[in-house]
Amino acid sequence: MATLSVEDLAVEFGGVAALAGVSFGVRTGTITSLIGPNGAGKTTAFNAITGYLRPRRGRVALDDVPLTGHRPCDIARRGIVRTFQKTSVFPALSVHDNVMVGLHLRGRAGVLAILGGRRAVRDEEARLITEAESVMTFVGLGHRRDEAASALPYGEQRLVELAVALAARPRLLLLDEPGAGMTGGEKERLIELIRRLRDDGLTVLLVEHDMRLVMGISDTVIVLNHGRVIAEGPPAAIQAHPDVIRAYLGASARA
Amino acid sequence: MDAFLQHLVNGLVLGGTYALLGIGLTLIFGLMNLVNFAHGEFYTLGAYATFAALALGGTNFFLAVAAAIVVGAAAGALCERVLLRPLRDESIDTTMLVMIGRWIALQNGELLVWGGVAKSIPHPFPTAPLVLGPVGIAPLRLFVVLTALGLIGLSWLLIQKTRLGTAMRATFQDRETAALMGVRIGRIHTATFAFGSALAAAAGALLGPIFLAYPSMGDLASLKAFSVVILGGLGNLAGATLGGVILGIAEELGAGYVSSGYRDAVGFVIIILVLLLRPSGLFARSERIG
Amino acid sequence: MRRLAAALGAAAMLTLPLWLASPYHLHVVIMAGIFTILALSLNLLLGYTGQLSLGHAGFFGIGAYTSALLALHWEWPFWLALPSAALTAGLAGYGIGRLALKVRGAYFVLVTISFAGVISLISINWMELTNGPLGLPGVPAPELPGLSFRTKGAYYYLVLAAAGLSYLVCHRVVRSRLGRAFVALRENEPLAESVGVDPTRTLVAAAVLSAAMAGVAGSLYAHYTRFVSPEVFLFSYTVTMVIMVVAGGKGTLLGPVVGAILFTALPEALREAMAWQWQMVAYGLLLVALVFFLPRGIVPTVASWRR
Repeated sequence: MATLSVEDLAVEFGGVAALAGVSFGVRTGTITSLIGPNGAGKTTAFNAITGYLRPRRGRVALDDVPLTGHRPCDIARRGIVRTFQKTSVFPALSVHDNVMVGLHLRGRAGVLAILGGRRAVRDEEARLITEAESVMTFVGLGHRRDEAASALPYGEQRLVELAVALAARPRLLLLDEPGAGMTGGEKERLIELIRRLRDDGLTVLLVEHDMRLVMGISDTVIVLNHGRVIAEGPPAAIQAHPDVIRAYLGASARA
Repeated sequence: MDAFLQHLVNGLVLGGTYALLGIGLTLIFGLMNLVNFAHGEFYTLGAYATFAALALGGTNFFLAVAAAIVVGAAAGALCERVLLRPLRDESIDTTMLVMIGRWIALQNGELLVWGGVAKSIPHPFPTAPLVLGPVGIAPLRLFVVLTALGLIGLSWLLIQKTRLGTAMRATFQDRETAALMGVRIGRIHTATFAFGSALAAAAGALLGPIFLAYPSMGDLASLKAFSVVILGGLGNLAGATLGGVILGIAEELGAGYVSSGYRDAVGFVIIILVLLLRPSGLFARSERIG
Repeated sequence: MRRLAAALGAAAMLTLPLWLASPYHLHVVIMAGIFTILALSLNLLLGYTGQLSLGHAGFFGIGAYTSALLALHWEWPFWLALPSAALTAGLAGYGIGRLALKVRGAYFVLVTISFAGVISLISINWMELTNGPLGLPGVPAPELPGLSFRTKGAYYYLVLAAAGLSYLVCHRVVRSRLGRAFVALRENEPLAESVGVDPTRTLVAAAVLSAAMAGVAGSLYAHYTRFVSPEVFLFSYTVTMVIMVVAGGKGTLLGPVVGAILFTALPEALREAMAWQWQMVAYGLLLVALVFFLPRGIVPTVASWRR
């Protein structure tokens, strides 16, 4: 179960409302897309949900467990993991080591156990290495295992990002423009991956600008503009929604 | 009460020069985002330059002080072009390490040239203090505080009223837009660093005659400059002025009423407390961006 | 081939007092060992976690004073004084670690320098506790029933064991989940947080470990030189440590070891050739040159040549 509920979420920057009281829900086991023109507040919403920004007011809860104002690492512990709009990897580390960091929550070794060189720690390490292998294979990066993340081509770096996020075994995955800068073929593979994840039980909320991707993959689409929700519903309904069309094309498009 | 006023006056004298140190550093740190650990070395340079001008050049005191300021500016410009410009895009760790390396090399270089024994810098002022009511102030100290105030005023004029100053302020606020508007960022950096270093040298030239010149005098000066900057806010000239005065007075009062041994601790404690209670003051949690 | 070299090296180290009999050389080796521990400890914070802490002499000094005072005033044996020194230094590390969270980058550097500065002033001024600038003479050497560590040869083994243990600790930490968290915070903190790395606990852990290790080095130093004065807080110690870590290769395990040995041996070798002030000038220039030409340090550069 991973039902996200966002109620009246508001975020301000120096007096300007980036989010003016946003409410929506993400049902468990679905793919929901958050769309809207530039500056609508999508990434701000992500940041507020995952603890990188403190909201002015509002409530965020996962399965009715409140998460508002918690730190990002604690929210991750609860099962929400997000990716970043700008490609975010651990540049100097190999792909394998990147994913091993992603597995942080999958391990439990504490300082004393590590210092003592206990057997349990070594066993856990071996288990984590195996898990890392399977995550890398899933996203298709097995052949890049030992290469530095910063040395990979752009599209593969985004896959590293995804692998790191998946390694943390989230219940709810927030993807911030996962397809940005990808080639057509790479996007196809991405869509495949996201579908497989949903079928395996993961709940996904994504921000995207590629409408074809959004409409093709989403169960629900939520539209933001000027920091407010202006529409919410299945893709077909959204595509025909007058407010949405107006928001994207501007009030001047009255055709 | 008289003692208190006397401490206040002494604190003002110190504070004026601390303000000079702070203004220079707040511009450098604020505009160039450079943690100039070696700021104090220009302070030392200023003191030794004054000494050299007097002892070797035989000029009069006021010219010596002026020369020291010029030397400070020149050294600052040189340092910026040669050392700092190539490192512009490096991480802050790298730049800091270079600063530290420069600090060590300069200080020990001074040790070699001038020797470890403190040098006393001669000045033309009579030693008998001027008595103004309940307080007395040595003419030298009066000169120091007046000159410091004058330089602070000049700095303010430079920043607020000249084209260079406007360009500096623009670069501080928004580097990219300033560059787009035709501001030569490289030149501004050199000018800022030279200016800041000149002020530090001025502080050294002014305080040198009061306190003696020795190679490690800059260490504490660096840290006190940082403490002033942290008090007053990055890039804030008025803040640095006020901060400098506060630090000077706090040190004097601390030395007078608590213990003179811990006098230098005041600056440290300010740094720790201010940074703790107003954590870096720049980005509060609610405006952090992931 | 490497195995053979390692075995020979180990044999050489284990039998060192037998073939390096000169007390002066033994002294240099012992100091190198103490600095190795210091460099390894600083590397945890500077190299792995990426926090430029310039107050490390503070932890070193706290360890030295704690150990000396316990041994002198309360007659604690060295074997109790050493862990206490580690504990006290570790506590100071805890404070610094919590501070590091609120205060980043350049400000953190300033806070660490200020911390060392305040401690230094306290040690100079609090005469009743520390005897001020006069220092604490007569710190007893460690003793075991039947074995005294007064001789340099015996002390060498003590330091060797401590250095080896420190290396082992670093090795274990770096290759563990905690070590990965250190590096993750350094490389990309928001990303690390997004997968559950807790910056508070991680930084505090790094700082405590680092400080405790430096405290151990301090205790070893105190019982070796048998005299502790406020000079242990000298910034030049911190600078030396930083050079050792950076020149050797920060963020590697061997780097600090190489750096420590090199920069303990070098001044001694240069001692004949140049006055102390020239050495420090050379150090300063060397640091600048290193940053420009060998930014990753000796060990990583050599490693990449061999590839």
